Formats: sequence, C-alpha cells, structure tokens
Amino acid sequence: MRLKFTVNGRQAEADDVWEGESLLYVLRERLGLPGSKNACEQGECGSCTVRLDGVAACACLVAAGQVQDREVDTVEGLAGEDELDAVQRAFVDAGAVQCGFCTPGLLVAADDLLERCPSPSDSEIRESLAGNLCRCTGYEKIMDAVRLAADRRAEEARS
Amino acid sequence: MNDHAPARSPQDLDDAIAGGIGESPIRPDGALKVRGEYAYSSDLWAEDMLWGVTLRSPHPSARIRSIDVSGALKTPGVYAVLTHEDVPGDNLYGLKDVDQPVLASDVVRYKGEAVALVAADHPETARRARERIDVDYEVLEPVTDAERAAHDETLPKVHPDGNLVRYQPILKGDPEATAEVVVSGTYTLGMQDQAFLGPESGLAIPAEDGGVDLYLATQDLHSDQAQTARALGLPQEKVRMTLSGVGGAFGGREDLSIQVHVCMLALRTGKPVKMVYDREESFYGHVHRHPATMYYEHGADADGRLVYVRAKLYFDGGAYSSKTPVVVGNGTTLGVGPYVVPNVRIEGWGVYTNNPPCGAMRGLGAVQPALAYEAQLDKLAEALDMDPVDVRIRNAISRGESIATGQVLDYPAPVAELLERVRALPMPPERDGTELDIRELPGGASNTTHGEGVYRGVGYGVCIKNICYAEGADDYSTARVRLQALGGEPAAMVHTAAAEVGQGVVTVQQQITRSELGVERVTVHPNDTDVGKAGSSSASRQTYMTGGAVKTACEAVRRRLLDRVAERFGEAFGDLSLAGGKIVSASTGVLTEIVDVLGDEVIEETREYHHRETYPMDAEDGSSERVQVQHAFSAHRAVVDVDVELGLVKVVALDCSQDVGKAVNPDAVVGQIQGGSAQGLGLAVMEEIRVGDGAIRNPSFTDYLIPTILDTPPMKIDVIERGDPNSPYGVRGVGEPPTISSTPAVVAAVRAATGKDLTHVPVSPEHVVDFGE
Ligand code: FES
Ligand code: FES
Repeated sequence: MRLKFTVNGRQAEADDVWEGESLLYVLRERLGLPGSKNACEQGECGSCTVRLDGVAACACLVAAGQVQDREVDTVEGLAGEDELDAVQRAFVDAGAVQCGFCTPGLLVAADDLLERCPSPSDSEIRESLAGNLCRCTGYEKIMDAVRLAADRRAEEARS
Repeated sequence: MNDHAPARSPQDLDDAIAGGIGESPIRPDGALKVRGEYAYSSDLWAEDMLWGVTLRSPHPSARIRSIDVSGALKTPGVYAVLTHEDVPGDNLYGLKDVDQPVLASDVVRYKGEAVALVAADHPETARRARERIDVDYEVLEPVTDAERAAHDETLPKVHPDGNLVRYQPILKGDPEATAEVVVSGTYTLGMQDQAFLGPESGLAIPAEDGGVDLYLATQDLHSDQAQTARALGLPQEKVRMTLSGVGGAFGGREDLSIQVHVCMLALRTGKPVKMVYDREESFYGHVHRHPATMYYEHGADADGRLVYVRAKLYFDGGAYSSKTPVVVGNGTTLGVGPYVVPNVRIEGWGVYTNNPPCGAMRGLGAVQPALAYEAQLDKLAEALDMDPVDVRIRNAISRGESIATGQVLDYPAPVAELLERVRALPMPPERDGTELDIRELPGGASNTTHGEGVYRGVGYGVCIKNICYAEGADDYSTARVRLQALGGEPAAMVHTAAAEVGQGVVTVQQQITRSELGVERVTVHPNDTDVGKAGSSSASRQTYMTGGAVKTACEAVRRRLLDRVAERFGEAFGDLSLAGGKIVSASTGVLTEIVDVLGDEVIEETREYHHRETYPMDAEDGSSERVQVQHAFSAHRAVVDVDVELGLVKVVALDCSQDVGKAVNPDAVVGQIQGGSAQGLGLAVMEEIRVGDGAIRNPSFTDYLIPTILDTPPMKIDVIERGDPNSPYGVRGVGEPPTISSTPAVVAAVRAATGKDLTHVPVSPEHVVDFGE
C-alpha cells in the first residue's frame, strides 16, 4: 500500500508498505527517522512514544495504515536543526540521559505532559511517565529534568 | 573506517564542553541522544541491506535428527538459509570455556538455542521463511535442578564432561569452630534479566578483502572480535568491529548474540545484513543472572562478634558455561560479606543444566550471597537483641584486615563509616492519615487501600564487590591520545575500545584528557578494533582501567611536549605543567602557548595500563595472596510500606552511602548509584524470569516487570571519597555495589514491616500473605 501522512510538519510518503507494518517500522526503516526507539514493540516500554494528532501514543502499536492523512510528531521534530528545546536541554543538563534509549520516548511524553500541565506535581510527573521504562537512571534525574524543564518553560513564558 | 560505512554510523563525539576531573560536565553524546540522532546499533542502515533472523530450539534438551531448509530457501525474497554446516570456522565459542555452538549441530541444550539463520529483503519475509525450516528433534528429558546437577551422577550429562562447571571451597581458620549464638537459613534467588532497553542488533557489511565490518552493540569489542573471527575462520584483522550506540548492557552483552550469525549471512550473501532481536528473542538471546540456592550458618559470641560462617552456594549456570566460573569465584570469595570472620568454610558449585544460560549481570556473583549474609546478620541481631546496624558495625571489615581468602585489604575499607552515614541520613516523612495521596500507597492508583493494613518497615544492607578482573587475569586497557593544533587551538583526540554502554566512560575520557593536557577541546573517536584492547565494560572497571590508560597515554604525550619546552626555555622539566592551553613554569609563570610549541606537529602516543597483579585461588582451600585487585562497598537503607492484606510493597525511600575513592564525575556517579539501586529494588520485589521445565514463561515486558517511575522512590545518595592508593586518581569502581546492597535492604525492610521470614527474592505477595489453599 501507499502511505501519505505528515511527520513533524512535513508531508511524508512511503510505497509498498506491507499491511502488517507498524508506524514505528515505517518511521525507522522507511522514512529515515530512527529517533523513536524499539525496545519492546509490544506497547510496554514507551521508547517509541510519538504524538498522533497531538496525542501521545506508542508507535509500535499503531498500524501504518491508521496514520493515513494524519499528523505524527516524533522526537526529531521537538526542536529545529542544531537547537534543543527546553525539555531536551533539561534532560542533558540534569544528567537524565545515560544510554539514552528511553530518552526519545520520555521526551515526547514529558513534552506532552508539560503542554497539558505546565507545572506538574511530582505525583503527576510519575503518573504520566509511568509507561516509559528506563533501565539505567533509577528515574531520579528524569524527575529532576522534568521539573527543570517546567521551570525553564515557565521562565521563558514570563520573559 | 571502511569506505562502505553504513548511512547511519557511529559519530565522533566532539561537542566542546568544559570540565576536568572532579567536575560534572555534560555528556558529549547528550545532545545527539536527545535529538534522536545518536546511531544505536538497531538504527543502522545501508543501501540494499538484508534482514537476518534466527531459528531457535523449542526444546530445552533434544537431539537433532535432521534439518531441512529447502522450503525456506524457496521463499521469494530469501537470500540465504544457514545451519551448522555453514559455519566457516570453529562451531564453538565462549568467554571462559569454549563450549557453545554458533549453530546447534547434533543436540540442543536449552530452549532458545540458535539452530538456523535466514536472510531476506524484509524482516517479515525472513520470519515467514524461518517457519518453513523443518527440524526433526528427538526430545530428551532436561536437567533442571542445579543442586542435583552438582551431586547426582545418575543425571544425564548436559556436556560430555559432566554437569560441574566449577567447584571452589574456601577454608579459613577452624572450619569446625563452634559459637554461643548460631543462626542459619536457606535462601534462594530467582533468575534476573538485565533488561537493557536497546535490543541486540548489528549491521554486517562484507568487505572487498574477504573480511567483514560489523557495527554493533557490545561490552567488549576485542572479545567479540576474537570469538567471531575464530568462528568465521578468518584472521582477526579481517573481522573489524565498530561500536554503535548501545542501549544499556549490565552484563548482558558480554557473550556473543548476533555477532557471528550476522557476519555469516553477510559473507554468504555478499550484502549488508542487519539483525535486530525483538524483546522475546532478547530474553532467549542473552544470558541472565544465575539463580542460586544458598545454605548459611553463622556463629557469633554473646557480644555479636562473628566466630564463623559456613555456607554452601549453588549457582545454576544453565546450558553453557559463560561466566559461571567467575560467578563461583566471586560468590565464594565475597560470600561472608564485608565482615571480619576468623573461621570460614564456604563451598560454591556452578553447574550446567538445560535451563537458560546464565552469565554476567551487574554485581556478578556478589548479588546472590549478599541476600543471604545480610539476612543472616539481621537474624543474628534479633537473636542477640541488638540493633541490626550495630551488629554490622561490630563486624565490619576495615583496612588492614583480611577477607576469607586471606587477602589483606591494603586500601581504605570504610564499611562502618558507610553504615553510620546511611543510618544518619534523614528519614522520609511519616505517613500521616490526614493528607493521604493513595498514589503513594502500596497498590497506588489501583486504589486497593486507604492506609488500612499498611505497615512501614526499615531495613539495611551493606556489601562488598571486587572491581576489575580477578584470579590472575591479565587485565589491561589501551588508549591512543593525539595532540595537535587545530584552527589555532590545541585539540586532543582520544581513541580507545572502551565500550560506552550508557555509563559515561566517554565523558570520563574527556575529563581526564582535559586535566592531564590542559586543553578544552577533546574529541572521543568512535570505539573500534583499530586500537588495542580495552577489556569489557564490566566489573565496574572502565574508569579504573581505561581511565588509567588515558592518563598514561596523556602523560606520554605531555612528556614529549614538555621535553621540547624544557630544552627551548632552559626550564627544569619537573617545574612545567599544562593548563588552559598554556605551558606554565612553577618558577617563571606562563611560558608559552601549547599551539606555539606544537606548530604543525602531531604528537600521538598509545599506552596500555595494567592493574596490580592478582593470583589464582588455591583449589583446596581457596587461599590467595591477592585474588582481587580492589574492593568497593556501599550501604543502603530502605523504607517500605506493605499492605499486609494484599502483599503489595511500596518502596518509600532507598538511600545509599557509597565510597567511590575519587568521583571523577560526581553527577555521573550519583546516576550510577541510583540506577544500580533501582535494579536491586527490582530484584527484591518484582523481577524474576520464571523457568518451568527449562522454558522461560515470561519473555516479555508484559510479564517480566522492571521498576517503573512509580515503583522507584526518591533516593538520597551520599558519596564519600576514600582514595585507593593503588588506582589512578584513587578511583574505586562505582557501578556494581549499589545493585548488590539495595536488594537485602529492601527485603529486610519488608521483613520488618511484615514479620515474615522471606527467604526468596523477588518477594512476591504470596510470600507476605497467607492466601490459604
Ligand atoms: S517499543 Fe513501543 S512500547 Fe516498547
Ligand atoms: S538511559 Fe538507558 S534506559 Fe534510560
């Protein structure tokens, strides 16, 4: 099948997509966007988190055909080239990145959280990141990063 | 690097970031990682590449009567189907004992063993073709009980020489000593998975010289290279390896997985071939932590001073030996914990069974006994009506005292201090009935309690772990450092094979180079086999070993530079140093710029760093003057809330004090301790690969649960630096200890909350609650 949808604001097309392929496979293997990760491909780890029409979703659980004519945002679209947005910067600065395999999914999930809820409580952060596994950090520095990103965004909004 | 490097390939890390030793500069790979641009081994791509998949045995023990690949070969889009007959070199590999076939030939020894390979133009085509391979098995009775495998000669032999991989006793003092107070117990530990998030993967590209270039995720490039070359029947220089992004490791990437397989497919088809395991295959495709059964008896005097420890430890190595010999060595040598014990008799057995193979995982061989000896110390405290921390402090080992093998610790061993410190850390707030957030109770948002039936408990754990390779292994790492002027600035390049697996050894190499050479710009070259060995990113050894190699290579570069300066300015060599891109004399101040001395010249030096020699253990009594090069210690305090009606555990706090010798990067050290603590928490209350009749029952993240952000509490980390005079900068390995002491601390806290014995980890609800028949 032929697939057309919008990725990070740009029109994308893929040909000969087999009907069993997931959105994750199409992004990674057909569109050259391997930022979304493939830690489980069973909907259990969140490493493939993208936004589908603005709503966070596991790209491994979305059949490619379902995204026809829709909008997908991935980690690659969080900031312009050579830039980092506040959430990305906070993850680096807070030491929330070790191996980094969980990071793209967490960034998309955290970005989504901060958009819905600009100054989340710790409980709210934990609840909304509960679907994103990280095996390296023990999550403490991820908590720090999200708090830092929230503060910086608030500051940016004030100034 | 070769001309046909994949389109997405490992990047030079050259972000200009300031920060030397003792500072916490950000990671040079951080920006790439948060942009989604860091090239992990599963992200690689090459024009015209094929996909490889593996057919695995459905039986834990069987004889292979025949393999018919004709159906698979006929599938359109399939380029190759390979079996043991196609292995070009030796069809055997292994880390210690060479006992594992690349592809099974006559028998399969575990469920999940690799039997055949397929390469096709789409992964789904390859998977469908795999289903058309016809293997005729004669199913055999599997050996599944490790303790029986150690003693029962009538069991089938998993390998021709029998089922014992290693037996090691340690005898010290009077092994039959008696004591006033005696406590005993039997403890068992389930099989834990490393559960790194980045799946096993790699891209092999056939080269014009008949060799192959492999881009992959691993912990040790040269170990993989040697084993792969041997299986491919190629000289090592024709099997070139480059590290791609590694999505965590924790020991699970020490053994080969895709390496030989993907190279065989690439060499056979003449095309680039990529292999990526899915999560289920990953559970079958790498080794796990050894499950153990441990019998312990501790004797003490009336003051709580240990008189003796007697123990028997059984480690189930599964179908292949992997790191089992080392697990037995570590488990026995560290089997009494960080305590002074005059009389010891410990015996350790590592065995073959038809269970999944077990090998390296963070805390190798030290995690298992820590569960037992710490439970025993708590029992002793109870029997003597002593405080559990006090009884530990009374017996704590310190500098100048010896471990069970007789080795004297000739460096700081601040065990008592760590216990005092972790005890003094502020406690989390008491739960009061008024502002109850049910998300913070056991069961969380599933709303199983509003605080009724919830009890709080506090527990402690402390541990000892050896750092680097042991028992006489020649442990070394190699670094190449180049200094030159680039754009009017001094710039250094560091090249090692030290696998960056997430721990931050890239940052450490930059920091050391900056401090040693007084330059800001330090690029880390991708890790590959074009430079000498670094050894494995395991045993908490890379900062020590590769840090030592980078330091030594920098010193050689500096010597060449300063020789020239000494000559030119007539200064004494010993007065000269490098800082801020300048050459500074202790007597006359700033002499000149590094770039002026360098001119167009490139100074490059390659050096090896070897740690102090270690020696084997005596086969009869385990004694050894120096069996291990260094020991590290950490202490945890866990606070838990347990819903005793449902058996649900919520870890409320998990705080740690650890001695790291010297924190080269303090923030990264804290990150290691928090991550390690969380893995220990996982083992304590949730993580177990359930094995029945040799088969893994839960090979998915749906059924094998690792801690989420909801399961992991805030963790206060208290780092102290009691430098080791024998190591570079005084560093002490960091990564493993927190994984070890956290588990017994959490279990002790659950015991304190419930009054239950709890002799198995992970603790599950049925251990806490009597659910009846
Ligand atoms: S890869 Fe999609 S949830 Fe794990
Ligand atoms: S940083 Fe490795 S999984 Fe999160």
